[in-house]
Order: sequence, then C-alpha cells, then structure tokens
Amino acid sequence: MRPDLRDNRDFLAGLLFIILGGLAVVFARDYPIGSAMRMGPGYFPTVLGAILLLFGGYVMLRGIRSREKVKGEWGWRPLALITLSIVLFGFLLDRLGLIPAIIALFFAAAAAGREFRFKEVLLLAVVMTAFVVGVFIYGLKLPYPLFPGVWWIF
Amino acid sequence: MDILNNLLFGFSVALSLENLAYCFAGVALGTLIGVLPGVGPLVTIAMLFPITFHLQPVPAIIMLAGIFYGAQYGGSTTSILVNLPGETASAVTCIDGYQMARQGRAGPALATAALASFFAGCVGTLLIALVGPTLGEWALKFGAAEYTSLMLMALVASAVMTQSDAVKGLAMVVLGLLIGVVGVDVNSGMARYSFGIPELVDGIGFTVVAVGLFAVAEIVLNLESREPREVYGGKLTGLMPTARDLKDAAWPTVRGTAVGACFGVLPGTGPALSSFATYMLEKKIASDPSRFGRGAIEGVAAPEAANNAAAQTAFIPMLTLGIPATATMALMLSALTMQGIATGPQVMESRPDLFWGLIASMWIGNALLVILNLPLVGIWVRLLTVPYRWLFPSIILFCSIGNYSVSNNPFDVYLCALIGVLGYILVKLECEPAPLLLGYVLGPLLEENLRRALLIARGDPTIFFTRPISLAFMIATLLILIVMIAPAVRKRRQGA
Repeated sequence: MRPDLRDNRDFLAGLLFIILGGLAVVFARDYPIGSAMRMGPGYFPTVLGAILLLFGGYVMLRGIRSREKVKGEWGWRPLALITLSIVLFGFLLDRLGLIPAIIALFFAAAAAGREFRFKEVLLLAVVMTAFVVGVFIYGLKLPYPLFPGVWWIF
Repeated sequence: MDILNNLLFGFSVALSLENLAYCFAGVALGTLIGVLPGVGPLVTIAMLFPITFHLQPVPAIIMLAGIFYGAQYGGSTTSILVNLPGETASAVTCIDGYQMARQGRAGPALATAALASFFAGCVGTLLIALVGPTLGEWALKFGAAEYTSLMLMALVASAVMTQSDAVKGLAMVVLGLLIGVVGVDVNSGMARYSFGIPELVDGIGFTVVAVGLFAVAEIVLNLESREPREVYGGKLTGLMPTARDLKDAAWPTVRGTAVGACFGVLPGTGPALSSFATYMLEKKIASDPSRFGRGAIEGVAAPEAANNAAAQTAFIPMLTLGIPATATMALMLSALTMQGIATGPQVMESRPDLFWGLIASMWIGNALLVILNLPLVGIWVRLLTVPYRWLFPSIILFCSIGNYSVSNNPFDVYLCALIGVLGYILVKLECEPAPLLLGYVLGPLLEENLRRALLIARGDPTIFFTRPISLAFMIATLLILIVMIAPAVRKRRQGA
C-alpha cells in the first residue's frame, strides 16, 4: 500500500521546512562562516538552516507514519483573490493613485467572500475611500496622489 | 516612598490631555476589536503600527497597550452574549458566560466579567510597578551570555507552550529566526538573503511579517468556511449582580488574578493559556464541579480576571528585560524600537516618563474600560451585526496602506502578500505563526548576544553553563522541554 502523501498534514509541513531550511543553508554558503569565536555572517543562518532541515525531516517522517490529513478544504480561491487585491493595491497606488487602488482592492477582496453584491461593495469602497482620504491624506498628510496627477494640496 | 513618587509622576504623565486622549482611543479601539470576531488585537496593533510613527513614543505605546488590554474586556462581551469569543483569551468565558446569558443573567455575567477584569487589571498594574524596578535592577547584571540563554528560554517556551505540537513550534521559531537574518549583518556589513533586491538589504519590515502572517492568513482562513453567527436575542435587563453573585465571584477573582499574573510573566503563555488554567483550577477546587458549564459565575470571574492580569504582567519582561513573552508583546517592543527607544533594564532610568506613564495609563485605561463596557454594552452588541464581508476588505485596505506608508514603496505591500500566502499554508498545516513572529523579532538580538558571548569566551560554549544566572535559564529551558515533550512520548508509547 502506497501511503497517500497529498494533503498529508505533517508530511507537507516537514517538506516545507526542509525546502526552506535547505535554501537557507545553500544561500548561506556565499557568506563567510568564521569560527565559533569569531562568527562570520554565514555562521548563524547556516546553523539555523541545518536545524530547520532536521526538524523538517522529523516532522515529515512522522507524517508518513501518522497519515493525518489537512483539516477542511484548501481555500485557494480566497487566497488567490486576497493576494491579488493586495498586489493590485500596491501596483495601482504607485501608478494611478490612491482612489483607483482602493476601488480595485475592494472589488478583488470582496470577490473572495461568499457573497458578492456589486452595489454594496461599491458603497463600501466609496465610504472607506472617503475615510482613508480624510484620515491619511488630510489628517496624517501622507504624500500620495488621489488620481494620476491629482494631488490634494492643503 | 520611592514607588509612590514614581507612580505620582506616572499619573502626571498619563493624565496630560494628549495621553489621556490616546489612552481612551486605545481602550475604545481595543473593546471594538475584542467585540468583532476575526479581528484580533495582534492584527489591529499591526495595522495601527505605521500610524504610531507619527506620534510621540509615550502616547504611541499608551494607545497600543490600551488596544491590547481593551481587547481582553471586549472579548468577554461576545463570549457571554453570542457564545463566540472575540478573542482567544476569552474562549473559556464562553462556557459559563453564555449559559448565564441563556438563563437571563447576561447582565450580571457582563458586570462580573468587567469587575473581575478591573480588579485584576489594578493588581496587575501594581505588580508591574512593584516588580518591574527590582527585576530591572537584577537584569542590569546580565551580560551577553545571560541574554542569550534568556532568549533561548523564551523562544523554546513560546514554541512548546502555544501549541500542542512542540517540534513544529520549534521549527517555526527557527524559521522566524531565519526571516530575522534577512538584511545587513551588523558585524560584517554583508547583506544576507537579499538576492540583489535593494529593499531586502534593510531587512523585512515588522508590519509586513505581522500583517501577512496574522491578518492575511486569518482572513483567508475565515473565508474558506461558513460563518455561523447568531446574535443573542434576549434583552439585557439589570446589569448589577446580586450580593450573592459578588460573594461567589470574589475568591475566584482573586485566584484568577494570581494565576494570570504568574502566567503573564512566563514566556510564551500569555492570557489565553492563563484563562484556561484558572478555569480548570476553579473546577477542581469547587465543592460542586457539576455547576461548571451550566452558568457558574466562578467560571466567568476567574478566567476574565486571569486573562486581564496576564495581559498586564506580560509587560514586565518586555519593559524591564527587553524580551517579549508573547507575539503581541513582540509587536510592542518593535513599536518602541522604531521610536528609537531601547527597552531593557535601562528604560526606567532613561525614560521614566515612558515606564511610569504607561503604568499609570494602564490603571486609568482599566477604569475607562469599566465605564465603556458596562453602561455602553448595548452599542458594542449592535456592532456584532456588522457582517464579515464588510470587515475583511477594510482590514486588508488598512493593512496595505500601513505597509505602504512605512517606506512609501509598493515592495513591502507585495512582500506582505507573499508572506500571507506562506502564513496561510503554514496555518493549514497546523503550524502556529506566533512562535515564528517571536523568533523573527528576537533573531537579530539573539545572534548579536550569541556572537558577543562566544567572543568573550573565546569560542567556548560552556560559558552558558558556568555563569550561574545563565545556567539557571538553561536548566529552565531544558525543564520546559522535558515537561512538555514527555507526556507526548508517553502517550505515543501507550498508544503503540
């Protein structure tokens, strides 16, 4: 019987730790290790990476034995949409200004929810835009354009 | 008396109009957050963190602290009325608090929770004032070796105590330490793990890690499953507990305060574990344990006292040693560091206004909270009807603006999204993010002290075991590991 490793909670967690620990050790090879007395910049991260590899291996083996599954479904859709909303915000704020960025963020994020009501999202976006402009631009005087080329000069 | 003078000085700081306003803003926000499920104090502090850059250090820390202990009060309101803890530390209060509400005694339950919290808050505040300076003086003797062992103990404890799976917790700490390594190494000036990206040379920003791990991951987790939300329909009549209620609640409150105060100081435990532990204690020593779970007032008073006492005393190690015991305290420490204040034994000398002002403000904040929570409870209850689909996009928005505003660079916003993805996957694989955050905050400090200690000892690691204080921390670390891992091993043997 081949153990099913998909959705095996501890196997995947261990794998993740091994990958991250392995990457840490590999990249730390570019930094001088030094000695215990005079540690170079590579000493601490190399040791940490090695410890992470060890823990990862242990957790992985345990997962193969226990075969416990991940609880519930993976929420890939909300994860993708929330991530998209954040990235869109950063991308648009730099290019089109604060207001388009906020609108985009709200629509992408709201699409991640179970219910999407266009009018409600629009209203929420408008209210929050007013709030943000009031607090951050007017109150805290953060230097962001509202629209391309439109700066609020106080 | 010295301490009296110091406290008076603290009150003179905390009672200034500006500080009073920020204290009020903090506790009001904290209550709000405590009431709203799915928005923890950690996320809120992380969200507001960038705003505090625009404030002076004293009002900033007063407000952040207010959010933290205010959330402990607010969390109990939802536990009692909706059977939904607004906050993990209040989870235990659900058991008996909600039963009391169903029996038509929601008012006395809320009043007991608020009064017990207030009592515990006052005692906790007093404890900081009494213990803080002594501990600080003692800590002045600490060298690099002592600090290294102390941090090791805090990290191991946080890994082992906050979750059932000790090995995963330790792995998360190590991962956090590695994230803390990113950026320029102070000793050699070499940029580590920056991959040629200039933004990474300065290291990964604190808000980026905290918001990504807690806000983003938490929101996705909430969205993947249905939200069961049912608001208690009954009317609130009569807030005041009867004389008998007060008598029944008195000793549990005192015991809860004592348990909470101890747990608060211990690394890695925090309010959540303390409320659970004290509930178990009350159940064990009660003459009729069967009453618990059916609306016993002790089951409300004791955990509420405990979580609030722990919320206060958790400040002791952070302020006096510069070592945060919980993820939330790690946030506070970072807020202070960003303000250019080095916490640790020196803080009482160098910034007495901050130390004593904060203590006095906590007492004022606790008094404000009783007013906010008892007569105004109706307003908070109405807030419960705010649907989550309005909340989460707004949280994402504030987090993103906050991240952007730290260095006016979209890179931090993108990085936060990436850490959010990692955080979600880790949480799904049942790896708790709190130890990671603590590791990330303590990482640079740990490396620096470790290097210095070994340099002094000429590379001889026995320095950690030959100096008495350091040895004590090392033994404690070992004990924590043995105590927490041994039961798991025994269980597995029995199972086999």
